[in-house]
Amino acid sequence: MKLNDEEQAMRSGEFGPLRQWAIEHQIKVGTYLGAADFVPVTQAHIMADTESLGRAGVEWLEHWTKLSQRQRQVRIPTITDPRGTDFAQAQKLKQQPWILDLERRAIAAFEALGVLMTDTCINYQTIMPPVRGEHVAYGDTGVVIYCNSVCGARSNFEGGPSALSAGLTGRTPRYGYHLDAHRQATFLVELTWTPRELNDWGALGGVVGRLAGDYSQVPALVGIERVPGPDEMKHFGAALASFGSVALFHIAGVTPEAMHLADMVPSGPALPTHAVDEADIRTLQERYAKDIGGADLIVFSAPQLSLMEMQKLADLLDGRNVKIPLLAVTSPQVKPDCDRLGLTARIEGAGGIVLSGMCFYQSYAREMAEANGWHRLATNSAKLVNIIGGYGYRPVLLSMERCVEAACAGGKIGGGAQ
Amino acid sequence: MSGKIIYAAAGMGRKVQAKALVASDGFSARYDLDRIRGVFSRPEHMLAGESYQGRVLVLDAAKGGVATAWMLHEMKARGVMPAALVLNRANPIMVQGAALADFTMISGFDLDITQAIPNGAQVEVDPQAERPFIRVL
Repeated sequence: MKLNDEEQAMRSGEFGPLRQWAIEHQIKVGTYLGAADFVPVTQAHIMADTESLGRAGVEWLEHWTKLSQRQRQVRIPTITDPRGTDFAQAQKLKQQPWILDLERRAIAAFEALGVLMTDTCINYQTIMPPVRGEHVAYGDTGVVIYCNSVCGARSNFEGGPSALSAGLTGRTPRYGYHLDAHRQATFLVELTWTPRELNDWGALGGVVGRLAGDYSQVPALVGIERVPGPDEMKHFGAALASFGSVALFHIAGVTPEAMHLADMVPSGPALPTHAVDEADIRTLQERYAKDIGGADLIVFSAPQLSLMEMQKLADLLDGRNVKIPLLAVTSPQVKPDCDRLGLTARIEGAGGIVLSGMCFYQSYAREMAEANGWHRLATNSAKLVNIIGGYGYRPVLLSMERCVEAACAGGKIGGGAQ
Repeated sequence: MSGKIIYAAAGMGRKVQAKALVASDGFSARYDLDRIRGVFSRPEHMLAGESYQGRVLVLDAAKGGVATAWMLHEMKARGVMPAALVLNRANPIMVQGAALADFTMISGFDLDITQAIPNGAQVEVDPQAERPFIRVL
C-alpha cells in the first residue's frame, strides 16, 4: 500500500505503539484485500460487546489504556454498537455477575481510549447519519448496509479491531465500497410484491441475501410499489446483510445512487435477474415456523427499535397483559424519549421489559437461555431468526402483532407463519 | 489429487498441516459456532454438531456479522479454534479477524475449493508462499 508521510510516521511508531499497531493492522487487511492506499474517514463505529470480545479482547484493550492519554485516544468521533447487557435490567435477564464485570471493564477501557459509548446499532436514526459520499468506518453489518445504501455513504464492514484502528488513525484502507467500481449492481431483483410488515421486509432481505451469497454482490431491486420507510429499510438491510453478507443494495428510483437505475448498471452483458414474489417470502418465513408449537419468549431486537416501533408496540399492548417474557430492545438515545412520552410505562404496564443499549443476540443469548429456560423464540426480526439458532434457540418469524398475540396467549402461536 | 497444489488469491498467517473439515456452506463465528464446546451449532449448517477444533475448515463464503473479527482472537486465546480457514470467498471481517488473531487463512480460487478438497483429508495450507496455496498431503 502507498503510504503518505503521516502514515509512514504512524508505522514507524512516532505516534506511539497503539497507533503503530493500528496502522500495521490496517496495512495487513488492506494488502490482503487489494487496497492501493488509505482514505480519510470522519466517523468510526465499533462492535464492542464482551460476548464477542471475550476476556482476551477485554484484556487486550486494557493493555493499551496504560499508555499516555495523547498516545491512546482516538482522533475522530468513535462510537459503539450495543453492549452485552442493560445494567438496569440485568437481574431480570438472569445475567451472571461475571458478565457485568466484564462489561464494566470493557466500558472503562473503551472510555480510556476516547470512545463514546453510544451502544447503538441504529446510529443512522439517532446519532449522526452520514451524508452521500462520506467515507466512514462502521461496524455492525446493519449499520453499514443502511448507510451505504440509504444514505449513500461509503463503508466496508469494519469489525471491532479495524473500526478501532480507523478511530485511532483517522483513515481506512481504500478497498471495496470506498471505490466507485464496486458500488455498481451485480444482479437485479424483480419484485412482484411489495412487503407491508417489518418481518416481511426482513424476510425479503433474507431471500435476496441468499441469492447474493457473498460480500462482493450488490443487488438492485426493481418493481417496488412505494418508497419504503426508514424502519422498513432498516429491517430489509439488516436481514440482507445477515443472510448474504451484503453491504450495499440499490432500489431503483428510491436509493440515492439509483435514482436512475442505469447509473448503477454496468455496461456490457445483461445482469443476472431473479424474480421474487410473495410466495418466496412466505417460504422463508414458514421454514422457521416448522413444528415450533409455541414460544417461550418474544423478542423485539436486531436492530434496536426506533421510537416509532416502540410506539406501535405500546399501542398493541395497551389494555393487555403478556403471559411470557416480552423483551423490547431500544437504544440509549431512544429510551429517554420512550420514558418521557410514556411508551416505556405502557409497555411495562402490560408486563413487557424495555431494554436499552444492548441487543439480544449480542448479550450472552446462550447463557440467558440456560438461566431462564428459554428455547423457543418469536420475533419480527428476520436478522435475529437467522442468527439465534446457533445459540440453541428455535426461532419463529412473525409480525409484531402476532408476536404480541402470542405473548398474551401464553406463547401459543395461532395460524401460519407470516 | 494427492500433492496437487491449489493456489489462492490471498493469504495470511502461518503454514499449517491438519485434517480438513469441508462443506459447501458459509462461515460466521457468531452465527454458526458454539465457541465454548468447539462445535458447529447452527442446526441449518451442513457441519452442525461437528467439532472444528484443530481442523482446516474448507468452506464456501464468509457470512454474517462483524463479531468474527473479535471472536477469532478470543477463540485462539482459549485454544479452541480451527487450524486454518480456507474460503472460496472471504469478506473483510474474516480478514480483519485473522489479522488480529494471527490466524491462518487463504481465499479466492479458480475452482470451488469445497469440491476440490475431500472431507477428512490431511492438508497443508501455506499462506506465506509466493502464491498462497492448499494441497492434500
